[in-house]
Amino acid sequence: MAELWHGYLGPGAWIVFKILLIVVPLLLGVAYLTLAERKVLAAMQLRKGPNVVGPFGLLQPLADGLKLLLKETIIPSGANPVVFLAAPMVTFILAIVAWAVIPFDYGLVVANINVGVLYLFAISSLGVYGIIMAGWASNSKYAFLGALRSAAQMVSYEVSIGFVIISVLMCVGSLNLGDIVLAQRGLWFAIPLFPMFVVFFISALAETNRAPFDLPEAEAELVAGYNVEYSGMTFALFFLGEYANMILMSAMTSILFLGGWLPPLLIAPFTWLPGPVWFALKIALCLFVFLWVRATFPRYRYDQLMRLGWKVFLPFSLFWLVVTAGVLVAFGWAPRLAG
Amino acid sequence: MIVYAAAFYVFAAMAIASGAMVIASRNPVHSVLFLILAFFNAAGLFVLMGAEFLAMILVIVYVGAVAVLFLFVVMMLDINFAELRQGFLQYLPIGGLVGLILLVELLFVAGTWVFAPEAGQIVSDRPSGSGGTTNAHAIGLVLYTKYAYPFQLAGLVLLVAMIGAIVLTFRSRDGVRRQRVADQLARGPESAVELRKVKSGEGV
Amino acid sequence: MAMLDRAARALFLSELVSGMALTFRYMFREKATINYPFEKGPLSPRFRGEHALRRYANGEERCIACKLCEAICPAQAITIEAEPREDGSRRTTRYDIDMTKCIYCGLCQESCPVDAIVEGPNFEFAAETREELMYNKAKLLANGDRWEAEIAANLQADAPYR
Repeated sequence: MAELWHGYLGPGAWIVFKILLIVVPLLLGVAYLTLAERKVLAAMQLRKGPNVVGPFGLLQPLADGLKLLLKETIIPSGANPVVFLAAPMVTFILAIVAWAVIPFDYGLVVANINVGVLYLFAISSLGVYGIIMAGWASNSKYAFLGALRSAAQMVSYEVSIGFVIISVLMCVGSLNLGDIVLAQRGLWFAIPLFPMFVVFFISALAETNRAPFDLPEAEAELVAGYNVEYSGMTFALFFLGEYANMILMSAMTSILFLGGWLPPLLIAPFTWLPGPVWFALKIALCLFVFLWVRATFPRYRYDQLMRLGWKVFLPFSLFWLVVTAGVLVAFGWAPRLAG
Repeated sequence: MIVYAAAFYVFAAMAIASGAMVIASRNPVHSVLFLILAFFNAAGLFVLMGAEFLAMILVIVYVGAVAVLFLFVVMMLDINFAELRQGFLQYLPIGGLVGLILLVELLFVAGTWVFAPEAGQIVSDRPSGSGGTTNAHAIGLVLYTKYAYPFQLAGLVLLVAMIGAIVLTFRSRDGVRRQRVADQLARGPESAVELRKVKSGEGV
Repeated sequence: MAMLDRAARALFLSELVSGMALTFRYMFREKATINYPFEKGPLSPRFRGEHALRRYANGEERCIACKLCEAICPAQAITIEAEPREDGSRRTTRYDIDMTKCIYCGLCQESCPVDAIVEGPNFEFAAETREELMYNKAKLLANGDRWEAEIAANLQADAPYR
């Protein structure tokens, strides 16, 4: 019995505890991100935003969640029920499992695997399945069109994201996220790789279907895109998954380019704050830019979006990849590996 | 070790079951979804073998890109499946014969299978086990030294395939007005707006 | 040179950055909206809101049942019936306004010779049922009693322009 506890149940319980330690703040973060979005958008449009439920509207996300929880989940009669119900779960679960490899501080990570970046990239490339399944299973034209748009868009922008990640990896020499952060002790990659940083951020907007790339759910022409037929908790799962993906992409941006948990300078006043706080601040900054971009730019037309992905970002990121590699080799800055 | 073995059997059984469902399910979209599940379980098996780099590449390339395109195509198919299955019994003898021949051939292969004498040694010093090198590093060392030419050749084959697909499908049409973004952005008020003094009572 | 200028602008996303700077500045501007149910915007004295029937200071109702408002109402929302009272004066026995028909044109108050029917400053009279919007004489008189101070002030403020 003792062996069973020490061998399996104990570590299992510890892992579950760590997972809860990440997921619960994450979901709270998602809830308050929706409030922050409404507040920031309101401020930039000279409005006040939600301020009635609780002080400064702080209880608004809870009220919204409760409303969605109590609503009926409608399954359209023409829908494919299994796929229809699986789609929001896939979206939500994928948005959550990616956090397993995110390092919050040195060694503070659930699964410190040595292909962390690839894992993140793989999970974010799977995000399209939830949407495409939802669009197909809804048996609705709008949902299907939204799903097709989303699939084409996410596949296109993944290519340039891949190149950006490769150029970061060349500077680090490791696929481990912790190593990537530690390699930025001297200088954040956002400075030497600034063009790649911009390409990555814009591609992240497209990858999470955010404005100005929110064509899959364009209200104006597709009503709400792939989630037209969803209601109640299934819709809430989509919503949570989408915003969790936004937070994930911000976390990825801050790990790859903004030095993860590292303070801006490794000197006294900055090192007083612990690593996770710096990490959270950087994520919050990236999220603010997400919202800021939404408040500023109008939606792309679909062919322009494809042009940007394939004709601008792809050649540009490929070019910068070659330049980065050339500079690293020419000056002997390329990281050396043991063995 | 029990967990390891259990994980292996779960992944293996799921991979085989979903592989069977790929050909057994009536709806082609379900088939593709089962194919994706099979890819996932294969990735799980790779992870169990200590080849996490391959597992991630499998997921990124096959699940994240190739299967999306499969799904894309299959979802847009509009086939009447009842009609498609009408001749099923008619073709059963021929299909069964082909299947039987393949089965016999596979049995021959399996019956005469021997491991290469050095195989055991290869497995025992597989890269991920030997010291501090990660298996991405180990694959790189082999891929860019010993297999550099086949690797480049594979790249060229893909390039030729891509160019071929573009050549086959591209048609240039006359009279199509394309948007040239650079030209639009380069246009300033001096070339777009003309100010004229219009006399009253006359047109421009 | 212009070419180089354009290329540099495109490369550094100058338009995007200046657009974002604009929205960022707007974030700290004074809000254009007010906290509506708790704060309200200013109303003109000529504002045409919910109808009311006024009384004289001694409590006598002003309406003399001339039916000019009924005649001029373009939506035909007003229905009036009249009989002489015991003291011989002409008064309405019925004064109904169908608020679902009313288009708030204000012709009734313009036509009224004794300033009896007026459109007051109240615009928050949404009801849960349709029946509640069929106003009768009692309801209109009650409105008049309730809003008399505001209505009188508005009429006085607007008087120099009539």
